[in-house]
Amino acid sequence: MDNMFQRSLEDLIKGFRLQLLGESSFISRALEEIRREIKATDLSTKSTALHKLSYLAAIHGVDMSWAAFHAVEVVSSSRFHHKRIGYQAITQSFHDQTSVLLLITNQLRKDLNSVNEYEVSLGLECLSRIGTHDLARDLSPEVFTLLGSSKSFVRKKATGVVLRVFDKYPDAVKVCFKRLVENLETSDPQILSAVVGVFCELASKDPSSCLPLAPEFFKILIESRNNWVLIKVLKIFAKLASVEPRLGKKVAEPICEHMKRTVAKSLVFECVRTVVSSLSDHEAAVKLAVAKIGEFLVEDDPNLKYLGLHALSIAAPKHLWAVLENKEAVVKALSDEDPNVKLEALHLLMAMDSYELCAKSDPLFCNEIIISVLSVCSRNAYEIIVDFNWYVSLLGEMTRIPNCQRGEEIEHQLIDIGMRVGDARPQLVRVSWALLIDPAMLGNLFLHPILSAASWVSGEYVEFAKNPYELVEALVQPRTDLLPPYIRAIYIHSVFKVLVFCLGSYFSAQESSSGSSSTVAFTYESILNLVNVIEIGVWPLSGAYDVEVQERAKNVLGFIGMAKQDIAKKVNLQDNEAEACRVTAFMEDVFSEELGPISANAQEKVFVPDGLELEENLGDLEEICGKFLKPVESDSVPCADKISFSVSNLRIRDQQEASSSSTSLPPKASSSLLAEHRKRHGMYYLTSEKNDPDSNGTPNDYPPANDLASEILLDPLDPKRKAKHRKSRPVVVKLDEGDESRIITSQAKTKQESVTDDESLSRAIQSALLVNKKGKEREAKGIQI
Amino acid sequence: MIKAVMMMNTQGKPRLAKFYDFLPVEKQQELIRSVFSVLSSRPENVSNFLEIDSLFGPDSRLVYKHYATLYFVLVFDGSENELAMLDLIQVLVETLDKCFSNVCELDIVFNYSKMHTVLDEIVFGGQVLETRSDEIMKAVEEISKLEAASNSISLVPKSVSGWRGGR
Repeated sequence: MDNMFQRSLEDLIKGFRLQLLGESSFISRALEEIRREIKATDLSTKSTALHKLSYLAAIHGVDMSWAAFHAVEVVSSSRFHHKRIGYQAITQSFHDQTSVLLLITNQLRKDLNSVNEYEVSLGLECLSRIGTHDLARDLSPEVFTLLGSSKSFVRKKATGVVLRVFDKYPDAVKVCFKRLVENLETSDPQILSAVVGVFCELASKDPSSCLPLAPEFFKILIESRNNWVLIKVLKIFAKLASVEPRLGKKVAEPICEHMKRTVAKSLVFECVRTVVSSLSDHEAAVKLAVAKIGEFLVEDDPNLKYLGLHALSIAAPKHLWAVLENKEAVVKALSDEDPNVKLEALHLLMAMDSYELCAKSDPLFCNEIIISVLSVCSRNAYEIIVDFNWYVSLLGEMTRIPNCQRGEEIEHQLIDIGMRVGDARPQLVRVSWALLIDPAMLGNLFLHPILSAASWVSGEYVEFAKNPYELVEALVQPRTDLLPPYIRAIYIHSVFKVLVFCLGSYFSAQESSSGSSSTVAFTYESILNLVNVIEIGVWPLSGAYDVEVQERAKNVLGFIGMAKQDIAKKVNLQDNEAEACRVTAFMEDVFSEELGPISANAQEKVFVPDGLELEENLGDLEEICGKFLKPVESDSVPCADKISFSVSNLRIRDQQEASSSSTSLPPKASSSLLAEHRKRHGMYYLTSEKNDPDSNGTPNDYPPANDLASEILLDPLDPKRKAKHRKSRPVVVKLDEGDESRIITSQAKTKQESVTDDESLSRAIQSALLVNKKGKEREAKGIQI
Repeated sequence: MIKAVMMMNTQGKPRLAKFYDFLPVEKQQELIRSVFSVLSSRPENVSNFLEIDSLFGPDSRLVYKHYATLYFVLVFDGSENELAMLDLIQVLVETLDKCFSNVCELDIVFNYSKMHTVLDEIVFGGQVLETRSDEIMKAVEEISKLEAASNSISLVPKSVSGWRGGR
């Protein structure tokens, strides 16, 4: 009598929606009921219970593996309704380890032999989802029969099951393959669609086995008008052409025909994809495909844009011109509101050799690429960068890209990485040196911020420099005249830091005669040489127009003056009377404190001392200080003149001082300094027939910076490099809060930058970075002399 | 090959979930939840594709369509064409529309087995078998007739409607 009150699935669902107890208790109650009901001998009760259980398993994640045997019982019922429920439960929950799996073999056989095609279809579906080796072996005769059934409904489904049977029981191929191939010639489009679907899967797994059928597929390609069929056949040819290139020639024509004629976008896309991935040697086909890609890229439909970019990224490695042709669309896509489109565009750009691309295209495009790459890589304190050495040299590369206008951002990142990533400092210094030594860079206004960062980095992390002498030479070279004063000041200060470092290591080397602790050993001659070079280079600046430059130059010269005496005396640190040693040690201490990133909230953390009033509105000051804070008036004598007058006074005084100073070397004219520099670093200069004494040569005199790209590329033959790859990621200092990320693009960003966006973006970039690195190695190999 | 078909509403409740490779039920629920979290953060008017390698393994793609309060999701691999899969969702929805006339979420909720019947005619063992709505409808109608016939043998009504969960 329980049957009277059994809830059906519909009741269960309704009850679920109306319940007040809470989901989990409702489910557990329902489960109790089901456990009771399913043990009943009456098949109807059993099947309803099983039906409810399948529902709970699929929608609510309830485990139903314990009911496996009951499912077998239900499926043996003669009633269609029960069979359906039973098979559904079986296909949903049975797997290779289900112990009662073999019990259904006979039932399946019976159902596969049934006259009712729907029962047959139930059996076939079950087999296609859970078929094991044994089931496939035992039932392949039935499948063979069904492949030749008169009912197309049955034949269609039998074709579908063949894939699983072949997969699990390869011997079945001997039996069924012929029938399958026969079905290739059928006129029924659905059966044909099913057959080519199966062959598409088979070709993916083993293309050479399907190669003999190429003529049949070709026939279908030419004749069929069914898009589903054509798509599958195209996929088959894509796989076959990879093992048999001659196929490509034959197939290119019909594919082009389809591309031109069809209106179905899915077919066009598949043709395009086949052409750019497998037929990339056939120029005409590729041209047409790229034209179609171009059409996709300008459509409004975001799906088509996305797919167009996807196809373009497949085509890009071999056909760079394709990207150039569509570069406007690609750049637009970089700022598209659809994250997929943006991501695909970025992926496309990063996977290509961007240097070559920029050389051939316009500045705006270059800068778009650069800005995107910079912003993505620096997001969240460089979280996606693992190999900082590579990234730092990439920053150096970007500097050398012609028309680079992103100086400030690169400057910021160079310094930021220096502060946050200790392990990257040696590479930073190396890259910076390469940038500093190049005279051509000094002439490019856009690169000045980068140079200022490079000089700061060199000074701050001089302990990692291989050759401080060369560093100093780079920092004092004559052409630094072209730099604005505030950057020149940074240069001089860096020179100062280098000087302190060298002197410090020299003095400590004197102390411990068994060799210095630092990597650079200084002899008496070399330190003297260094000091002289600095003095000569910095001396002209002590009369500079800009007071900051002047001040720093004098600081350095004063320090040198003091140090020179002690060097000459060959003193060491032990000697308490040596003033220079003490001062050097003191300065080293000062410079040794590590500078790190500062939290944006740092100021708030400083306690306001008592008695200090922080007024927000300083309007009251106007009363008190009004007369002192008068704005500059333009009607009176221009201030500039006044200042220049006073500075020129200073200059005169300095020159008088200088002439009476103890330095024995007379001031050399800057032109002869230039000639000397040219002599030493001839490779950077163009050959000049006449010895031009004019030091203020135009920037065009110098070779373009590009030629020196090889300087800063990592040595690809370096055996240690592989080992470095395996090293774990260096430590990046991150602040717990107040760590601001700079907003560098003025373009409107999407408001919903979800975590998944970043994750998938990161992954794309990571994979592209790996490819890019390999590309760089190849490039380096190519241009190294 | 199609790896999975899912239908869930805009609150993340699954209405139908079919996985064509075996997965234990906890994993299935986890996947449904992950897919939902990705879909719910997508803005409108963007493309309907997603790369979901991390969820379904390499070479998996996802296409989804948002109809009223439901997300229709198809997960597939490289042997299916993306736009064709988008069309397939269209076919599925059209067929459901024919089945239930102006189908809405409630129809799907209360007709769980019919949903499966329709889907099983379209996707068979992970492969697309039928794309014509009328053929699908024909088969579905035949099956429903068979079911009704096999059910009518019983004289005692089996279901008690209006049963409430709380007792």
